[in-house]
Amino acid sequence: MEAALSLFVKAVFIENLALAFFLGMCTFLAVSKKIETAIGLGTAVVVVQAITVPVNNLIFQFLLAGGALAWIGLPDVDLSFLGLICYIGVIAAMVQILEMLLDRYFPALYNALGVFLPLITVNCAILGGSLFMVERDYDFGESVVYGVGSGVGWALAITALAGIREKLKYSDVPEGLQGLGITFITVGLMSLGFMAFSGIQL
Amino acid sequence: MDSESKKVVLDPLVDNNPITLQVLGVCSALAVTTTLAASLMMCFALTLVVACSNASISMIRDHVPSSIRIIVQMTIIASLVIVVDQLLKAFAYDTAKQLSVFVGLIITNCIVLGRAEAFAMKNPPGVSFLDGLGNGLGYSAVLIIVGTLRELFGSGTLLGYTILPTVNDGGWYYTNGMMLLPPSAFFIIGLMIWGVRTWKPKQVEKADYRIHEMHRPEAG
Repeated sequence: MEAALSLFVKAVFIENLALAFFLGMCTFLAVSKKIETAIGLGTAVVVVQAITVPVNNLIFQFLLAGGALAWIGLPDVDLSFLGLICYIGVIAAMVQILEMLLDRYFPALYNALGVFLPLITVNCAILGGSLFMVERDYDFGESVVYGVGSGVGWALAITALAGIREKLKYSDVPEGLQGLGITFITVGLMSLGFMAFSGIQL
Repeated sequence: MDSESKKVVLDPLVDNNPITLQVLGVCSALAVTTTLAASLMMCFALTLVVACSNASISMIRDHVPSSIRIIVQMTIIASLVIVVDQLLKAFAYDTAKQLSVFVGLIITNCIVLGRAEAFAMKNPPGVSFLDGLGNGLGYSAVLIIVGTLRELFGSGTLLGYTILPTVNDGGWYYTNGMMLLPPSAFFIIGLMIWGVRTWKPKQVEKADYRIHEMHRPEAG
């Protein structure tokens, strides 16, 4: 339990996908002008991340890893080079299924997340989460915790940035720095802030 | 090279740069630039993938129904990235380890999918290849500048060779530790955008809310 909690805190704050690994930056910068949309996208990322990381973990453990196919009598086969194409396939399929399920059973949530769901397929934070999970050799339980934690961390970061940008609207930014430039510098300062978490040992 | 293809290759370098203007593919631009060697490797990998994927997608553009085009594009891109990933692991294992997950993340690099959607679906293979090459080079230009600055000021070396002898090795240069940390990449790119936009004022974005005009009419 303690290990899981520590992994969760690490995934949310210390190894924040957006601010420490710069994943999902394109959407992070593009969809952070308003707090409501940022929260919508953040929620969608948490949900998708919490599903895809564990699913990819199962696929890796039982189909792709070296010797994983022993259960159908192929102990020497190592398919791990196919990882990338499988993970992106799973992500695309999951997003599609989630979209259909939400549409059928939770129309309110579907309308709220609607436009953001397809965007998530190409969000590097999702694929990055799965790749980190493989690289660090998480087991199934850890991958669930990591999936939720990294999603929450990303959602937190984009909401915070949207909050700052809403206020920033009223500041007098130099001409050339307007828009994208000042956003980069803001994110840099936020990232410096988040680095303060890096000394925390749990 | 005729002027048309020259424009396709050179346009993305400054005038329509994928990172500073189109805000595409920023993730890896920030993450892999701590050393110049890693940045160069990443540039090579990305340019190769975006040029080849543009060419192959453009070749089959008339045969793909538009409802499934995204998944077809993703499959092509993912296969190309696997090839590049395996090549890097075979011939440059140490740098590939340093790049860790970021080679795999070329799949979701928006430059690749963005160019496939915006250019390769509408143009013949030859010119699409050049467009991919140009955008790859535009991305590379930013990465190389950021990588050079970060390695030079962060550890006083370039490609592993000492340029500024550091105090720890008996030289005079105090290393700037922040350059090796993630936030510095944001600052460098932010300032670079400022520089480019001062040089090319056409790229400046309109402010949402003009303080001068609203509250200080005498200043505007």
